[in-house]
Order: sequence, then C-alpha cells, then structure tokens
Amino acid sequence: MDFQFQFVLTTLPQLMQGVKLTIYITVYGLLGGIGLGMITGLALAYKIPILNLTGAVYVWIIRGTPIVVQAMFVYFALPLAMGVRMSGLQAAVLVLAINAGAYIAEIVRGAVLSINKGLVDAGLALGLSRIQVTAFVVGPLSFRRMIPPLGNQFIIGLKDTSLFIVIGVGELTRQGQEIMASSFRALEVWTAVALIYLVLTTVLALSLRWLERRMKIL
Amino acid sequence: MKIVECKKVCKSFDKTDVLFDIDLSINVGEVVVVVGPSGSGKSTLLRCINVLEKITSGDLIVDGKSVIDPKTDIRHIRQEAGMVFQQFNLFPQLTALENVAFGPRKVRKLSKKDAHELAMDLLTKVGLAERAGHYPSQLSGGQQQRVAIARALAVKPKLMLFDEPTSALDPELKGEVLSVMRSLAEEGMTMIVVSHEMNFALNVGNRLIFMDEGRIIHDGSPRDLYDNPPTERLRDFLRNIQ
Repeated sequence: MDFQFQFVLTTLPQLMQGVKLTIYITVYGLLGGIGLGMITGLALAYKIPILNLTGAVYVWIIRGTPIVVQAMFVYFALPLAMGVRMSGLQAAVLVLAINAGAYIAEIVRGAVLSINKGLVDAGLALGLSRIQVTAFVVGPLSFRRMIPPLGNQFIIGLKDTSLFIVIGVGELTRQGQEIMASSFRALEVWTAVALIYLVLTTVLALSLRWLERRMKIL
Repeated sequence: MKIVECKKVCKSFDKTDVLFDIDLSINVGEVVVVVGPSGSGKSTLLRCINVLEKITSGDLIVDGKSVIDPKTDIRHIRQEAGMVFQQFNLFPQLTALENVAFGPRKVRKLSKKDAHELAMDLLTKVGLAERAGHYPSQLSGGQQQRVAIARALAVKPKLMLFDEPTSALDPELKGEVLSVMRSLAEEGMTMIVVSHEMNFALNVGNRLIFMDEGRIIHDGSPRDLYDNPPTERLRDFLRNIQ
C-alpha cells in the first residue's frame, strides 16, 4: 500500500472549499427543515384543520421518495414543469430543508404527543390559555424530548448533503470526486473525505450531547 | 351563598353517558366529599366544574358564571376553582417553588419576586419550605401532592376541587396530605373532594354525596349516611371500601 500523506495535504485547500459548501447547505437546509418540521409537526399533533391534511400528504410524499430523486426533480424537472430555475446550491438547500422537514415533523409530533395529558390539564386548571400551556408547559418539555432524535436527524442531514453530487454542487464529496478524477489517488482522497465527515458529525454529536446535558432530559 | 350550581347536567363521551341529570348546589364554606364506585362519574363531575370537560346538556354555574354562556371567560372559572389531581401532575422541569409560583406569574401576572414570596409562604403552609429548590422527581408522592395543593392555592381560588388526592399514595403518605386538606377546611375553604377516605369524610366533611352510574343517589350528612345507610347499595359500597 502506498499512502502519500503529502498528497492529502495538497488537496486540503480544495477539500476545505467543499467543507464550506457542505456546512452551508447543512446549516441553511436544517434551519429550513426545523421551521417546516415545527409547523407541520404541530399541525399534525394538534390536528389543525387543512394544515393537518397538507402536512400528512407532505410527510407521505417526502418520506416515500429518495432524497436523490427529490434533488434531481427540483434541479432538472422543476424547470421543465413550471419554469422554476435555480442554482445547484439553492436546490440543495431547498431539498435538504424539505426532506429534513418531513422527518422533523414526525419528531415534533411524537414529542408533543408524548407529553402527559395531565400536565396540560394542570396548566389549564390554573387558568392558563391553551396557547400559554403549549408555550410554557408542552413546549419546553417536548423540546427536551426532541433533542436526541433531532440530533440523529441533523447527522443524517449533514451526510445527505453528499448526495447533492448528482446536481453538481461542489460540496465535499464532489470535491473528492474531482480530485480523484484528475489524480487517481482514490485511497488518499476517500480516506481524507471520510475523516472530514467524521470530524464534522462528531462535532455535531458532541454539541448536541452538551445541549442535552444542559437541558436535563426528563 | 352558592358557589357551584348544577342544573340537570348531563355529560356523555361519544356514545357513553357518564352523568345524568345532576342537580347539585354547593354553598361557600362547605366541605363536600363525593364517593362512589369507579366509573360512577365523580371525577367527570369535578372536571366539568373546572370546565376541563364540556357538559353535554343542562347548565352549570360556578361563582356566578355559567359554563355554557359564550360570554363567560372559562379561564376565570378555572382560576376560581383550584384543582388537585390524583397523579399530582407537577411540572417536572420546574422546582417545587417554581411550580407554585407558575400560576401567579402566568395568570395573575405577578412579578417573579412577588410570585416567589407567595410561593414560599404557601410551601411553608404545606410544610415544605425546606424543599423549595427540589424538583418533583426528588420528592416523595406525599410531598408532591402537597406542592400540588400549594400550586392550586397560589392563584387564590374560591373553591378547591380534589380528584382522589390520596389514591396514588402509600398509606403512610396519605396522612400528611389529608392533614393539609384538613387545615385548609378549618380555614373555611370551600372544598369538593372525591375520595374514599371515610375518616376524612366523617371528621372534616360536612356533606357526603354518593354517586352511582352517573347519578347522585344520596346527599346528606356524612355521619347519618355512614351510620344508617338508607340503601343496600350504599351499605355494600361502604362495606367494600373498608
């Protein structure tokens, strides 16, 4: 085996360009996903008319189709279907947000439904409004329960950005692919790429663990 | 002066009828103990008074306000009728002190400082001042229930509803909760207590209601009903809960 460590160092600047895009897509995609997921999850848990139904259809379609197909659809098919044209990066952020949102919706719904109804009664019995009970009782408690599954979803989201290679976004995996194509040093490239992903997911997992400890999961 | 008045109150869940034509008046200062077999509608009656359940027909007036009047602010009724639950239902993310201060802060809009002072007074009253900083999970069942009583008192209700407050407690722990309830009654609080603690009913209660299958079967003095049950049904029931 001939592993040229020196070669890895020369590729780092290009790989870091990819890391930047990977982080960009992950952060904005997941922020969008959290927003979409919260709204959809609450609509599902509280059975809000209309939103409840659209939410269920949304979750059904997104969970039922692969993210690669979703990316291809948004980037290649949408321009043909309705003339919506966007950059690969925009498409990547959009697809990650929509995809993660569907899973986060289920996490939110599950967490909200897991809160003991007695606590809701206790809040109402004190004279709080439904909105106050949701904000001060159900909200904080279900948020704590959401952290572990959300952490899981964030890590999946981060790794799923590698699939945007199919729409030509220059994220980390794409950069690895390009370096490989010109140098044929598969061993060095994919080792480096894998290690970088591992560092990113580890940082994410550790920060979530820290948050979880601070919030004392109940 | 009447604080609770039920007029032909009926309640059904889907197709199951739980309360039938309940007529009941409760005056300020009364301590009413409600007994009856499980499924007789006792808890549902309490929950209807606090509007945690909507009545199906009839009318129910609490502190002069009808629960079916669209102009009634339901939250006002709930503030006047404090509720204590079988399962305590303390907020697990808050300390004992914060649990008690929660209602005054969110509902009566007290400042944090005033709410905490009030909460501390109430915790002292239920004998738990030194546990103020503990979380519910760090308290025994009896202590949790005393905190729950303090929490309900904190919004200064005119009426207290107790839904089987000692049923989830070990016999040893029931006593501390019952003695808090007793001193509350001695201060003149109006109380409706769903409980099978006959000693409490006889020594503290001034009215006993026996419910069965969604109806009030007997309503009278605890001593009289206990010593001379007018029906076989009540006699059997009293024998069974001993």
